[in-house]
Amino acid sequence: MKRWPLTGPGVTYLTVFMVVPLGLVLSYAFFRRGRFGGVVYEPTTENLARLADPLYTDVLLHSTWIAALTTVLALLIGYPTAHVIAGLPRRRQTIALVAVVLPFWTSFLVRVYAWIVLLSGPGWLNKALRAIGLGPVEVLYTDAAVVAGLLYAYLPLMILPLYASLARLDPQLSEAAANLGAGPWTVFRTVTFPLTLPGVLTGCLFVFVPSFGNFVVPELLGGGRSVMVGNLVRDQFLKARDWPFGAALALALLAGLMVLLFAQAWAARRYAPR
Amino acid sequence: MRHRSWPKLPFWLTYVFLYAPVVVLVVMSFSAGDSPYSFEGFSLRWYGELAGDDEILHGLVNTLIVAAGSAALSTVLGTLLAVGAGRGTRPRLLDAVTLLPAVVPDLLLAIGLLVLYAAVRLTLGLHSVLLAHAVFGTAFVAALVRTRLAHTDPSLEEASRDLGATPLATFVRITLPSLAPGIAAGALLAFTLSVDEFVIAFFTAAPTEPTLPVVVYSMIRFGVTPEINALATLLLAVSFTAVVAAQRLTRSTTGGPRG
Amino acid sequence: MRGMRTVGAIAAVLALVPLTGCGGDDNGSSGPDTLDAKADLTKQSLTVSIWDGYSPEDLPERVEKDLGVPVKIAHHATNEEIMAKLTGGGAGGGSGIDVAFVSGQYAQALNEAGLLEPIHADLVPNLKNLYPEARQLAYDKGNTFSVPYTWGTTGLCYRTDLVKQPPTSWNDLLKPPAELKKKVTMMTTERWLALPALKVLGHSVNTTSDEELADARTLLLDAKKNLLAYDDTTFGDRLTKGESALAEAWDGWCPTSDPKIRFTVPKEGSDLWVDTMVVLKSSENKEAAHALINYILDPEIHSWAAENILYKVPNKAAMEQVDPKLLRANAPLRTTPADLLKGESIVDVGEAATKYTRLSTEVAAGS
Repeated sequence: MKRWPLTGPGVTYLTVFMVVPLGLVLSYAFFRRGRFGGVVYEPTTENLARLADPLYTDVLLHSTWIAALTTVLALLIGYPTAHVIAGLPRRRQTIALVAVVLPFWTSFLVRVYAWIVLLSGPGWLNKALRAIGLGPVEVLYTDAAVVAGLLYAYLPLMILPLYASLARLDPQLSEAAANLGAGPWTVFRTVTFPLTLPGVLTGCLFVFVPSFGNFVVPELLGGGRSVMVGNLVRDQFLKARDWPFGAALALALLAGLMVLLFAQAWAARRYAPR
Repeated sequence: MRHRSWPKLPFWLTYVFLYAPVVVLVVMSFSAGDSPYSFEGFSLRWYGELAGDDEILHGLVNTLIVAAGSAALSTVLGTLLAVGAGRGTRPRLLDAVTLLPAVVPDLLLAIGLLVLYAAVRLTLGLHSVLLAHAVFGTAFVAALVRTRLAHTDPSLEEASRDLGATPLATFVRITLPSLAPGIAAGALLAFTLSVDEFVIAFFTAAPTEPTLPVVVYSMIRFGVTPEINALATLLLAVSFTAVVAAQRLTRSTTGGPRG
Repeated sequence: MRGMRTVGAIAAVLALVPLTGCGGDDNGSSGPDTLDAKADLTKQSLTVSIWDGYSPEDLPERVEKDLGVPVKIAHHATNEEIMAKLTGGGAGGGSGIDVAFVSGQYAQALNEAGLLEPIHADLVPNLKNLYPEARQLAYDKGNTFSVPYTWGTTGLCYRTDLVKQPPTSWNDLLKPPAELKKKVTMMTTERWLALPALKVLGHSVNTTSDEELADARTLLLDAKKNLLAYDDTTFGDRLTKGESALAEAWDGWCPTSDPKIRFTVPKEGSDLWVDTMVVLKSSENKEAAHALINYILDPEIHSWAAENILYKVPNKAAMEQVDPKLLRANAPLRTTPADLLKGESIVDVGEAATKYTRLSTEVAAGS
C-alpha cells in the first residue's frame, strides 16, 4: 500500500514511454498505410500476409544466420579468453577485464568506422596481406565484413557473463574429476562446460539480440547490399513511409526474440547448478 | 594453477582483435594526410579541424545536455522504483516493466517512440531524446539500486523507526545514504549509456539538433575522414581516464575490489 | 500476462484517437496566409533542411548579414529522409522546418498532402531571373508551390583509366563487363533506383504499370549481384579514391573536375530532375522564408551557389555570371536548358508512388 507513491512515477513513466509506444507500433501492423506515412484506420491483415513473401522470409533467415554466426564465433573466441582470465591472479583479472571493456567505450559508431578503414580495398588489411605476399581480398561490403563488425561490437557482451560464471566455478570440482583420471577434454565436456551453461546462454543472448536487430553495421559495412531485418524496419519508417508494414516486421522480430528469451529462461532453469 | 592446461594463445589473439582497430585509429589520428589509408607524417591537424568543427561541437553539447538530463530523471525515477519495490519481495509486474527496456531491441523502442511522438504531435527536439533515454536509464538505475538494497541491512531502518523517526526522516537519513553507491553507479551508467546511444537518438532527435553519435553517423555516410580518428582517440582517452579514476575511487573507499 | 491485456486496452484506446501522420486535418480550413511584404524579418528566424554539401557553407552568415534573418541549417542525406521528417514524426506539431529542399516530384507529393504554402510570387520578384523553361516544369507549371534551385540529369560517371571502353548504355551499369564487376555503384532513392532498368526496357520513368515495374525489378535484382554498393551520397568520393570505376550519378555530383573522371548520358535516354525550394505550411516565418528564396535567386548568390556545389542552376542571369574557367572544366555545367529538356521529367505518380517504395524495399531485400 505504501509502495505506490514511490513506484508510481517510475511505473507511469515506463508505461507511457515504453509500454504504450510498443503497443501502438504493434497495433499499427493491423492497419493500412497512409500514402504520406502514418496509418489509415482501416483494419487489414495484408501487412502480416506480406511477411510470408519469400523475399521477406529470406531476409529474416539471413538475419538469423548472420546473428547466429556472430554468436557462435563470439562464443568460440570468448570462452577460451574468459577461461584464461578467470585463471589469472585477482589483480590481473581486473586489468584483463577492463582491457576487454575499454574499446567498448569509444562509441559504437567509431568502432564500426574502424572496420571500414581496416577492410576497404586500399585499407590496412590488404596492406598487411601485401606485406606477406598475399591478397588483395575484397571483404568490405560483404557478409564477412558485417559479421566482423558485429563480432567486434558485441564480443565483450559474451566475455563478461562467461567470465562471471567461470569465476564462480569451484576449482575443486575439475580437480576432483582430473584426479579420478579424466582427461582435460573430458573434464571440460562433463564438468566445466555444463556448469557454466547459464553464462554461455546469457552471453549468446547478449550477442544474438543486438546483432539480429542491427541496421548500422549492415548498412555501413555491408554497403546496403546485405540487408537485415533491422534495415527493413528502419527503411519502412524512415524511407518507404510504410509504417504498418514496418510494424508487422517489428512484430515478427519481437516474436522471434520472445521465443529465444523463453528458451533461454527454460534452459537456464533446466541446467542451473544445484 | 588449475587452468594450466588452457593455452594462452587464443587469449592474446582476442586482445589483438580488440585492439588492432583501435591502434590504427589512434595512430592515424596523428597523420598529416587526407587519406585514412596511409600515414603521411605526424601532425595535430585533425585535432585542430575537430576543434573547429561546429557540427561536432553542437552535437557534443546536445549529447551532454541529453545525457545529464536523462541521467537525472532516471536516477530519481529508478531509485524511487527500487526503494518502492523493496527488499526480497519481487512483484512480477514491476519486474517485467523494469526489465523490458533491457530486453527490447533499441530499434523497437525507437520506432515506438517515433510513433508515440507523432500521435501526440510532439515537436521533436532535444527533449524528445532526453525523455526516450530516460526509459532505459530508469531501468538500469532501478536494477543497480535494487542490487545494492539487497545487500544493505534492514535492521538500521527498523531501529530508526523504533526510535520514533518519521518514514521520510528514516528514508533521508538512513536508506538514502546506504544506497548512495548504488545510486551513483546507476546515474553514471545512465549517463554513459545515453552518451553513446545512437539508434533511439537517430529516430527521435530533431533534424536541427542531432546528438554526437548522429553527427558521427552522417559523417561516416558522407565518406571517411581522419577527423573521426581524432574524435575516437579523444573518446578513448576520456573513457580510459574515467575507468582508471573509477578504479582508484572504488579501491580507496572499499579497500580493494571484491571479486 | 494480465499486464499484456492492460497494454492492449491502452493501445486500443489510443488507436481510436485520429492520428493520421499526414497532417491533412488542416486542409480546407486555411487557404494561403496573407503575407505582409513589409514584415520585420529580423523578428523571424528560419530552419532550412537541405542535402549536406548542397549549399555554400557560409550561406547562413551571408543571409543573416544581408537579410537580418538568423538561419539554422539541418541536413538530410536523401529525399526519403526529409519526406519522413516532414510527413511522419511530429508532422502535425510541425517539423520545425520552414524551408525544405526536395526534388520536384516530392514537392508535388508534399503539395498534394496539403503541407506546402503556395509561393507568393509578389514576394519573390527574382523569379524573373529563371529560364522560361524553368517556369513551366512538368511537376509544377508556373512555380505555384516550389521554386527550382538546381536542375540536371542522371547518367553514368566513370573513371576513364579504369574502364576498358567508355560506357554508352545503362546496360553497362546493370550488366557490367567482367573487369567492372564489384566496381559499380547504383543509387537507391526509389525513382532513381528504377530509372536505369526502366530506360533499358524502353519504359517511362513515370510508369505505373505493374508488369513494367516487375520487369524492372528482375533486372535490378540481377544487377545487385555485380554491385560494389548502393550509394546516393559518396559515389563521387568512391570514384576519386578508385574504390569504384562506374557509378549511376547525378551530373552535378560527378566529380568531373578530376581529369580522369567523365560523365555521360546513356543512349537509352534519362531524366530531367529538378531540386526545389518549398515553404512549409506549418512555418511561422513565411515572410522570411520567401525572402530567403528570393535572396537565393539573386544572380550574384545563385551563381555563387553554382560555383560552390558545381550544379547547374535554372537561373539565366546567374548562369551568365558563372566563372568561365569552371564551365570549361566541368562539362555537365555547360548543358543547355534545351538539351536538359530532352530528358523525361520525373513527376509524382500519386497513389502509385507506393509501388516505387515497394520496389525499392524488394530490391533491397532481395539477393
